[in-house]
Amino acid sequence: MKDQLEKIKQEALKQIEASDALEKLGDIKVAYLGKKGELTSVLKSMKDVAPEDRPKIGQMVNEAREAIEGKLEAAMAALSKKAREEQLKKEVIDVTLPAKRSRVGHTHPNTIALEEVERIFVGMGYEVIEGPEVEYDHYNFEKLNIPKNHPARDEQDTFYISDNIVLRSQTSPVQVRTMEKGKLPIRMLAPGRVFRSDEVDATHSPSFHQIEGLVIDKNITFADLKGTLAEFARELFGPETKVKFRPHHFPFTEPSAEMDVTCFKCGGKGCRFCKGSGWIEILGCGMVHPNVLAMSGIDSNEYSGFAFGVGLERIALLKYEIDDMRLLYENDIRFLKQF
Amino acid sequence: MNTPLSWVKAYVPDLDVTPQEYTDAMTLTGTKVEGYECLDKNLEKIVVGHIQSIERHPDADKLIVCQVNVGNETVQIVTGASNVKTGDKVPVVLDGGKVAGGHDGGPLPENGIKIKKGKLRGIESCGMMCSIEELGFTNELYPDAPESGIYILPEDSVPGSDAVELLGLHDSVFEYEVTSNRVDCYSVIGIAREAAATFNKPFIPPAVTATGNSEDVHDYLKVTVEDSRLCSRYCARMVKNIKLAPSPVWMQRRLAACGIRPINNIVDITNYVMEEFGQPMHAFDYEQLAGHEIVVRCAEDGELFQTLDGQERKLDSTVLMIRDGEKAVGIAGIMGGENSKITDEIHTMVFESACFDGTNIRLSSKKVGLRTDASGKFEKGLDPNNAQAAIDRACQLIEELGAGEVVGGMIDVYPEKRECKLIAFEPERMNRLLGTDIAPETMLEYYKRLELEYDEKTGEIIIPTFRQDLECMADMAEETARFYGYDKIPVSLPTGEATTGKLSYKLRVEEVAREVAEFSGFSQGMTYSFESPKVFDRLLLPEDSTLRATVNILNPLGEDYSVMRTTPLHGMLNSLSTNFNRRNKNVRLYELANIYLPKSLPLTELPDERMQFTLGFYGDGDFFDMKGVIEEFFEKTGMKLKPHYDPNAGKTFLHPGRQADIIYDGVNIGYLGEVHPEVADNYKIGDRAYVAVIDMPSMIPFTSFDRKYTGIAKYPAVTRDISMVVPKNVLVGQIEEVIAQRGGKILESYELFDIYEGAQILAGFKSVAYSITFRAADHTLEEQEVSGVMKKILNGLQALGIELRA
Repeated sequence: MKDQLEKIKQEALKQIEASDALEKLGDIKVAYLGKKGELTSVLKSMKDVAPEDRPKIGQMVNEAREAIEGKLEAAMAALSKKAREEQLKKEVIDVTLPAKRSRVGHTHPNTIALEEVERIFVGMGYEVIEGPEVEYDHYNFEKLNIPKNHPARDEQDTFYISDNIVLRSQTSPVQVRTMEKGKLPIRMLAPGRVFRSDEVDATHSPSFHQIEGLVIDKNITFADLKGTLAEFARELFGPETKVKFRPHHFPFTEPSAEMDVTCFKCGGKGCRFCKGSGWIEILGCGMVHPNVLAMSGIDSNEYSGFAFGVGLERIALLKYEIDDMRLLYENDIRFLKQF
Repeated sequence: MNTPLSWVKAYVPDLDVTPQEYTDAMTLTGTKVEGYECLDKNLEKIVVGHIQSIERHPDADKLIVCQVNVGNETVQIVTGASNVKTGDKVPVVLDGGKVAGGHDGGPLPENGIKIKKGKLRGIESCGMMCSIEELGFTNELYPDAPESGIYILPEDSVPGSDAVELLGLHDSVFEYEVTSNRVDCYSVIGIAREAAATFNKPFIPPAVTATGNSEDVHDYLKVTVEDSRLCSRYCARMVKNIKLAPSPVWMQRRLAACGIRPINNIVDITNYVMEEFGQPMHAFDYEQLAGHEIVVRCAEDGELFQTLDGQERKLDSTVLMIRDGEKAVGIAGIMGGENSKITDEIHTMVFESACFDGTNIRLSSKKVGLRTDASGKFEKGLDPNNAQAAIDRACQLIEELGAGEVVGGMIDVYPEKRECKLIAFEPERMNRLLGTDIAPETMLEYYKRLELEYDEKTGEIIIPTFRQDLECMADMAEETARFYGYDKIPVSLPTGEATTGKLSYKLRVEEVAREVAEFSGFSQGMTYSFESPKVFDRLLLPEDSTLRATVNILNPLGEDYSVMRTTPLHGMLNSLSTNFNRRNKNVRLYELANIYLPKSLPLTELPDERMQFTLGFYGDGDFFDMKGVIEEFFEKTGMKLKPHYDPNAGKTFLHPGRQADIIYDGVNIGYLGEVHPEVADNYKIGDRAYVAVIDMPSMIPFTSFDRKYTGIAKYPAVTRDISMVVPKNVLVGQIEEVIAQRGGKILESYELFDIYEGAQILAGFKSVAYSITFRAADHTLEEQEVSGVMKKILNGLQALGIELRA
């Protein structure tokens, strides 16, 4: 019996060692340890063994079983590992093959520029407000201190729909509409389309965008205007950007100014981009004219404010170095894709 | 406005600055310098030469050899010019010097032309005698120069002295951008006053002296102004015994530097005073004025008039005219008439210096289609008190130049004298507005430089009439600020009540639209708001389509931009077309922009501006890709219901079998479809194209950014597949409606997994298969629950003529 067991064990271990596939190991397992396997049949013949020998034989069977099982497991693990390695080796890919991309679309450069500006001012507590693009004359002009036949109307060749309705030539009417609502203080940003009868060329378009800003509160000063817009310029064009304010004239602000920023191409040294001056004109601004405040029902003795207007296309063209404004309205995908 | 710096310096004698310093400082006080040009920038080593002798060139017929005394030596110069003779004084550029241009007067090279010693046909030439073109000018502006040939200098010129100096070319010409409120700065005097204030130097304007003989102009001429609203002042003086002659060189030089061609003393004086004082003047031939009178009155409707440029002009009753006793002799403030212009035979003339209403001149100038230097100034609204100063200055120059005999006195029709304004001096308020702490005395000192006097008794600033732009405290604050220096004003940020920075709800929804579109491969386009009315034909819109009722622009940039769009389709299709024709593949675009729907026509109130979210593509994809983008958008904006698609959208511009209105909760919020092949042809898009338009105002009420979590199901789902034979005309949407309506509470989802037409299926039918999933939130479903609901669904489907497939 003992010899028989030893023989079975040796035979099994030999077979396991010779196996080169997981299936074969499975077969071995069944042949020796299965219900009808050799070890099992040994156990079945225990009834023929003398009762006093049984524990000893039982122990021997168990030892044989453990030895076989142990060897089987180790062999299986080794074979599995080998199989996994072979599989991985087979599955090598050329990682330099082209990527599979979902074709994500692109945001229009005007919108990218607008979002940058909005982000800056929303962070400073400004609410973004819109107004109508087809606008009453009195909002576009009269309530901005530009009465009928004022020469400033010529400077903004306006499209007329009727005697008293125009395509707004500026976003400034949104100032008036906001002030008229009577809710103070005001910190608003009004982006939108404006229209002027300029023929289309590389630097002109009859339809373009402006961003209007307005702050009305007690004790707002020209210094606040300077501080706010200098901060804006640094955020938009980089922390090194310097600003310069030049006196200018707008009918709806007094004092008025134009703001230049140091050329972001040459840093102010002067280059072709800034025509050698080192400065680039970026926006118009000023303290809201007392007449404008009065016409919107705001007491200029108590409240003051500042306003500014930026050309969105101007920012986009400068920032992204686009040399022809027409590109912005052609929608050629090869242009849009670059943003 | 172009002005030589030398002219400004004439009235600010202590001004000693470089052109760049001048540019920077003037710009910072509000007189923006657009640029300047140094007239001598490429003129080097140019001296007065005295021609000692001239000989013929031995080997060239057209050349001569001159010995020229250039001061400390005599040099030999060979020239092809034929106008020089022995004894002439000429400008000579010495060896190594530079001139501005070639003798042909073509465009000036940026860095001029270097002149070197050399040989011309074997004979040495040490330098060059210069023509006016080589000095950078033209015979037009320098009428004393010959039409071709060497410029001849005055006889008393000193050989070897600086010829550039002699020609007045050590000067720079400045171009200013004068803002429309500063009419006074459209004049040399105005600019000089600003320059003096900027650099804090004395301002010494020309002293206008009394002029005229012992006669009285009233004995010669009568002036009547019928409409003093349109002509607030009319000054007239007369000059007799006129001696027409060229004006002196100094006057010609100043006019030339301003770009004005010198003509003769009378015309030049008129132009000179217009530049100097900013006051346009006109000269009439006295002999041509019928009745020796002037009447200022509007034209008759339809009246014709020939202006002095020879053009016939049609007038109407709003155009102010200058007339004599019988006829019109000029369009007020715009241009004089052919019939009374100054000719070479002039003997006696009338000077007019008037103040016309700016608005009227502006409108008349537009109506007549004629804009002149004069009208450009008048339309800004001139100071009537300047009119007299200007006419007196002109008469002074007439006398100084010996151009004629000035008749004594002035006719002055000035019914309502313009007085100085008074503005309260409020230094504290100004400092509060500016955020500064400027001393009141400092402010007053700035004002004084600008001739704004302070009345201590009343505490008011006296505003001279030439500063019509100053009206209130804020204006005075600007005067303070610009001389204090905008750069010196401190920098701060607004304080006070905090406000919430935010986007409007509408803008938030639009932001989501952009995100969804872009992640679905669409790039953002922008197109114009106005278009041609012809686009409606290209879109096959019927004649009676409401979309043809447009808001029209009265003064469009041509028909192509004449109507406000009522549909965003043209913009989209046009952009797709541009891309298709440039051979761009698989193009997907979207736009967020308004359409403009009139509430009534003609327009009495503002139109309805409706934001449209428009998507379009050609190339990869089909109707259902587009539908998918729309549904992604709805999902991202919290629209939980399933939209309905009504194929009877009736869009003429879409494929009749491939279009649908998008109905959400019973409301039409847009449409989508394949572009009608004929429309695609009209736009030359040679591929199937798809569009979708969402009317944002209709959609936004259904959106929400509120999100609530509902528990993830704990109990198992039961799925039933059904395979049906469906009459062809029944839409899948109808089947889904039945499933949705009859599925009850336990219906979780349903999904189409097969649709098939063709062999094995009876003609007129299609095979459709759905997988329907049921689940209860609180228990495991039992067989009979599911069977009950399925039965209801099947009954509903049978009512549509649908049979289950075996």
